[in-house]
Amino acid sequence: MKKEMVHNYFKKYFIRLIKQAGFGALALLVLGIFYQPVQASGLKVAAVFETPIEEPWVNQIHVALLQAKKEMGIEYTWSESVKSADFARVMREYAENGYKLITGDSFGAERIARRVARDYPDVSFVFGSGIGPAEPNFGVFDNWIHEPAYLSGMIAGKMTKSNVLGVVAAMPIPEVNRLSNAFCNGAKEVNNKVRCKFSFIGSFFDPPKAKEAALAQIEAGADVLYAERFGVIEACAEKGALAISNMSDQASLGPNTVITGPVWDMWPTIKHVVTLVKAGVPTAQDFGGFSFMGKGGSYLAPYHKWENKLPADVKSMVEKRKQEILDGTHRVDVDESTPHSD
Amino acid sequence: MDEILSQIFHIGFFAALIRIATPFILATIGELFAERSGVLNLGIEGIMLFGAMSGFTMAYFSNSLWLGVLAAMLTGMLMAILMGFLTVSLGLSQHVSGIGVTLLSTGFAFFFYRLIFGQPSTPPNIKAFTPVGIPVLMDIPWVGPVLFQQAALTYLALLLVPLSAFLLFQTPWGLNLRTVGENPHAADSAGVNVSAMRYQGLMISGALMGAAGAFLVMVQFNAFTFGVISGRGWVCIALVVFGQWGPWKSAAGALLFALIDALQLRLQASSAINLPYQVFLMMPFVLTIVTMTLVSRNARAPSALLKPFRKEER
Repeated sequence: MKKEMVHNYFKKYFIRLIKQAGFGALALLVLGIFYQPVQASGLKVAAVFETPIEEPWVNQIHVALLQAKKEMGIEYTWSESVKSADFARVMREYAENGYKLITGDSFGAERIARRVARDYPDVSFVFGSGIGPAEPNFGVFDNWIHEPAYLSGMIAGKMTKSNVLGVVAAMPIPEVNRLSNAFCNGAKEVNNKVRCKFSFIGSFFDPPKAKEAALAQIEAGADVLYAERFGVIEACAEKGALAISNMSDQASLGPNTVITGPVWDMWPTIKHVVTLVKAGVPTAQDFGGFSFMGKGGSYLAPYHKWENKLPADVKSMVEKRKQEILDGTHRVDVDESTPHSD
Repeated sequence: MDEILSQIFHIGFFAALIRIATPFILATIGELFAERSGVLNLGIEGIMLFGAMSGFTMAYFSNSLWLGVLAAMLTGMLMAILMGFLTVSLGLSQHVSGIGVTLLSTGFAFFFYRLIFGQPSTPPNIKAFTPVGIPVLMDIPWVGPVLFQQAALTYLALLLVPLSAFLLFQTPWGLNLRTVGENPHAADSAGVNVSAMRYQGLMISGALMGAAGAFLVMVQFNAFTFGVISGRGWVCIALVVFGQWGPWKSAAGALLFALIDALQLRLQASSAINLPYQVFLMMPFVLTIVTMTLVSRNARAPSALLKPFRKEER
């Protein structure tokens, strides 16, 4: 008897619940029909990054996109730390949600990114990549900042007292090799006694290891180090060596340690790509040239505290070569072979 | 060749060796306590990262490095308790739970870092621990600068080795812990609370893993980045096997690994040996594996390792 009552109660309760749920669903449906999402006028741009946003390489792209958001009125969203296994899914989600330009870095997912791009011919894909563009809609860019790396090398070659320079880099891939080689070639141009040491740490984001590698180079006599990775500047500051930063202006990490360094500015690339996409121009091309100094895509970081400390002849020498590069009368060789310590 | 020799006999080389070894010693001894109690704590990689993150955050806001270390250890303990809940209380697979804890801790570290620091262009930094010289001892030629001019955490790590050997092999508590790892049913019959012992082993492991993470971001470097652990935790799992589940041998393994790592960094920077860089980076791993196969062939894992304990089950 009692059991039945309970049973009945639940039955009633459930029927009521289902009815209510039905009404709720109906209401939502009606709302959905009349609801129109506010259409933003700007171009929808998404970025898919493999690493956390602090990684200097990725950060330069991110910063340029934020600038485009401000100055060109694009709508911008991004995903960071997207591993290869997730890369295709995240790209597809953006492509299917009305994003017309999808960018990011695809070094770990080159094939995946290209395969996904083929499925969305109306969407422009422009990725940081070590290889070439692909028709119909896959464009590439890269950090072609070997020119300011060369200029930094000239400064290092003049500033070294031991004639030993150090380079601590991630791994010998073309992007890293051409910067390391340009740095060392720049130093050798102004000082033929210079010897360069190269260490690779085997990962992109392991500052304690980079710091240990830098300390080992300093012990071996290096007194000016090219900090291709985070961690090197700290070692130099600790041991009183000088440092050349990389990718962004990192003088704040050691104002008395960091002389200058190559800076990658993605703004010219992003500005150009966004303009093309807005105009409906296909973008399956190599935008690497937009990272050259002549286009403003890379430059030498300001000297900050070193403005007065750097000898005048070194400054004028760098200035002269810089002008030659900008005028197109001097070409910095691109050497992507794996460097070895002298 | 002279260049290499002069570098190897450079004081800096040995100082670097001890510095590189410190986080490995801390985390390996930690893992040892967990495994001796019968739980393989594969959460190590994530716990180290989460510990590093929370330790750094605490140090950043409190301006106290030691509070940071404490926060790292507490975070490690917390994640170890979760590991205990999964593997001891629920008796789930230790492999799967461990990987799960690593993924979760890594996610937590990422999530909370973003929540607290947002997306900084350059990682915020702190003033790291500086080496502390021990009076008198630091003036001993050669040995002084290598052993007695290190960061305080390094001394603690080195002291931890005899301390844990004493705890494990000379005290009743250590006997209980080891018995729980070898034969939990016998321990249970003798009135030892198996679950409690395993939780304790895990909590010690978590605390030490957290401290290892803190060392990486507060001594070896002065900022937190997401790649800061880079597989060091997994190396510690191997070092426990290398050390045949003993603190002295495990610490020796950590020192050997650090020795070869410090050496390869110096070989890369010299021009004497011209090999592909991958060979250098591989050296610590290859030589540790080779030594392990030679030295630890008769190593025997705790019998109850990986086996959940259920009281009524035989």
